[in-house]
Amino acid sequence: MAKSPEQDHPQAAFGWAARDPSGLLSPLKFSRRTTGEKDVKFKVFFCGICHSDLHSVRNEWGFSTYPLVPGHEIVGEVVEVGSKVEKFKAGDKVGVGCLVGSCGSCDSCHDQLENYCPKMILTYGAMYHDGTMTHGGYSNMMVVDEHFAIKFPQNMPLDAGAPLLCAGITVYSPMKFFGLDHPGIHLGLVGLGGLGHVAVKFAKAMGVKVTVISSSPGKREEALQRLGADAFLISSDTNQVQAAMGTMDGIIDTVSAVHPILPLIGLLKQNGKLVLVGAPDRPLELPVFPLIFGRKIVAGSCIGGIQETQEMIDFAAKHKITADIEVISIDYVNTAMDRLAKNDVKYRFVIDIGNTLKEA
Amino acid sequence: MTARAFTGENGDEDVTIKILFCGVCHSDLHVAKNEWGFTNYPVVPGHEMVGTVMKVGSDVKKFKVGERVGVGVIVGSCKKCESCQQDLENYCPQTIFTYNSHYTDGTKTYGGYSDMIVVDERYVLRFPDNLPSEGGAPLLCAGITVYSPMKYYGMTEPGKHLGVAGLGGLGHVAVKMGKAFGLKVTVISSSPKKETEAIERLGADSFLVTSDPAKMKAALGTMDYIIDTVSAVHPLLPLLSLLKLNGKLVTVGLPDKPLELPIFPLVLGRKLVGGSDIGGMKETQEMLDFCAKHGITADVEVIRMDYINTAMERLAKSDVRYRFVIDVASSLSQ
Repeated sequence: MAKSPEQDHPQAAFGWAARDPSGLLSPLKFSRRTTGEKDVKFKVFFCGICHSDLHSVRNEWGFSTYPLVPGHEIVGEVVEVGSKVEKFKAGDKVGVGCLVGSCGSCDSCHDQLENYCPKMILTYGAMYHDGTMTHGGYSNMMVVDEHFAIKFPQNMPLDAGAPLLCAGITVYSPMKFFGLDHPGIHLGLVGLGGLGHVAVKFAKAMGVKVTVISSSPGKREEALQRLGADAFLISSDTNQVQAAMGTMDGIIDTVSAVHPILPLIGLLKQNGKLVLVGAPDRPLELPVFPLIFGRKIVAGSCIGGIQETQEMIDFAAKHKITADIEVISIDYVNTAMDRLAKNDVKYRFVIDIGNTLKEA
Repeated sequence: MTARAFTGENGDEDVTIKILFCGVCHSDLHVAKNEWGFTNYPVVPGHEMVGTVMKVGSDVKKFKVGERVGVGVIVGSCKKCESCQQDLENYCPQTIFTYNSHYTDGTKTYGGYSDMIVVDERYVLRFPDNLPSEGGAPLLCAGITVYSPMKYYGMTEPGKHLGVAGLGGLGHVAVKMGKAFGLKVTVISSSPKKETEAIERLGADSFLVTSDPAKMKAALGTMDYIIDTVSAVHPLLPLLSLLKLNGKLVTVGLPDKPLELPIFPLVLGRKLVGGSDIGGMKETQEMLDFCAKHGITADVEVIRMDYINTAMERLAKSDVRYRFVIDVASSLSQ
C-alpha cells in the first residue's frame, strides 16, 4: 500500500497543499526526513509566493503530482544541524530557494551551476534521492542539505528578502552572465512584476541605465518615481517603441505569457541580447531577419547556482535591496493565488508562516 | 560618398575590374524572383566575383593593374558610423549592396553576372595567389557568411563539437572551415544520401539525419555550437536539443517567414539563438587568407552564362554540389 505523506518520514510536519489541478490549497499533514549529518533543520518564518507556485498547483506545465506543497522562497531559523554541518548553527537565519539537491558530480555541479545539473532536485514537486516527493515552504519546518541552504544576511528583513531566493537570482544570474551589469549598459526590462521590479533595483545598484517595458500605463509612476527606473515604455505604443529602437544593449524579459518578441529585438542595439527568464508554455515566433541583420541573440536563463544565489543575496544586503511585498496570512493564500493570476500584487505576496500557519 | 553611374567612370578611389568568374548564390535566386519583395528590375545579380584589375584611380593604394581581386556582397557604406569605423561595413545602416541597391546619387548597383565593375577600393578584396578563382569566388559570400559568426560567437575552440545544419553552398564551406579550426564536425541534414559525401569527401566526422529519431536522440546535448545554414522554414527545437548547456545556435539562412522558437530549451539549458550577416571587409580579407592557408575552396560546377537559367532551376531544387560558378569571361557574349 502506498505510503501517505505523513508516513514517508519520521519528523511530523504540516503545511498547505494543492490536492488537484484546481490548485486550491488546504491544510496537509506530512513529514520531513531525519536531520542527516549534512542537513540543516529549520522552522519556516516566511515564504514568498512565486508565479511558478501558481503554475504548479494548477498543473499548467503538465507535470505536477499531488498533493503538492509549493513554495521556494523560504526563510527561517535553524533549530538543529547535522554533525558534519559547518556553515550553520542553531539560531542562524537561513534561506532556501528553488533547489534542494543535485548530482554533485557532473560538470555543471563542479562549475557551481547546480541549476543546470540534469539531475537537479526542485524544492517541491520533485523526487528526492530517497524516492520521496519534495515539499516546499508553505509549511512549518524543513530539512535541507546544507549545500543548498543560503546564509541569510543579518541586516536583511526576513519577509522582504524571501522573494530574492527565486525572483532575485532569476534576474541577477543572466545580468551577470550576459554582461548587462555595469555602468554604460542600457538594459530594458519587460514586465514589472515580481522579477521585473527586483531587476530594476539590481540594475540601478549596478549603475546600469534601465528602461521598463510594460503593457500597463498605470505602472509608469511606480517605475520611475519609486523604483528608480530611468525610462518607461508602453510596449503597445508604436511611437514610443519606434523612438527607442536600437538603443538597448540587452533586455531581460520576465513575461511568461506568449507575446511577440519582434518589437523587443528591434529595441536592441547591434549585437544586443534578449534574455528570456519567463517560460511561455508555447513557442514564440522568431523573426530571423532582424537577428541576422543586427547580429543579435535570443537566449534563456534559469535561476542560478547556489554560490551565485549567496552572492546575489549578499549583494542585495549591501545595497539594501529587498522585494516590495504584501504580507499575508496562510488563510489568504487561495485569494492571493487568484489575485496573482491577475497580476494584482505589488509585487510579491509573502506568507507569514511563522505567525499564521497553525497545525489543524 | 562619390557618385557612381554605370558608365565605367573610374573615380579617384575606384578600381575597374574585368570579371572572370562569378558564383551563383541562393540570394541571387531569391532576388531574381523577387522572393523577398524588394527587387527593383532589371537586376543583374552576382556577389561572388573574381576578376583582374584593369584600371586604378589616383588615390588607390591597395591595388595595381593586373592584380587578381574579388568583390563580394557590398560595394559601399557610409564610412563614418560606428560600424564602419570598426570594420563592420556589413552592419552600417547605409550599406550599399553589390546588386539591387543604390549609390547615393540614386543610380542602381549591378552585380557580377557582367563583364566589368567599378568599385571603391575599400570594398575590393585581394585574392591570395594560391586560391583558385573558380573555387575561391563563392567564399566571397558563402565563405564569409559562415566564417564571421564562427569567429564572433567563439565557435573555433579546437576539440569542441560543431554541428552544421544544411549541406549546401554555405554548409559545405562551414564543414571545411570547422575542420581547419580543429573542431569535431557533424553535418545535420534531411538528406540521407549526402552522408558519404559529407564524411568521405568533405571530411565531416559524422552525419545526422534529422528524420532518424534514434540517431537524433543519441545526439541530444552533444554539440557546443550549431551553424544553421538552412534557408527554408524549419523547426528549431530538434537543433536546440542537440546543443549542450550554454550551447549556441547561429542562424545565417534567411527563411521568408518567422521560425517557431520554443523557450523552455533556451531557459533550461541557458542556450542562445543568434544571427549573423556576412562580414566586414577586413574580416573578409582575413577569411580569404585563412582559406588560402588551409587549402579551403568551395566545391563548384563551372557553367557558361547561357546555362544560368537552368542553373537557377537546379539551385531551387538544391541540385548542385555545391555552388555554380559562371565562367563569365569566356562565355559572356557582347
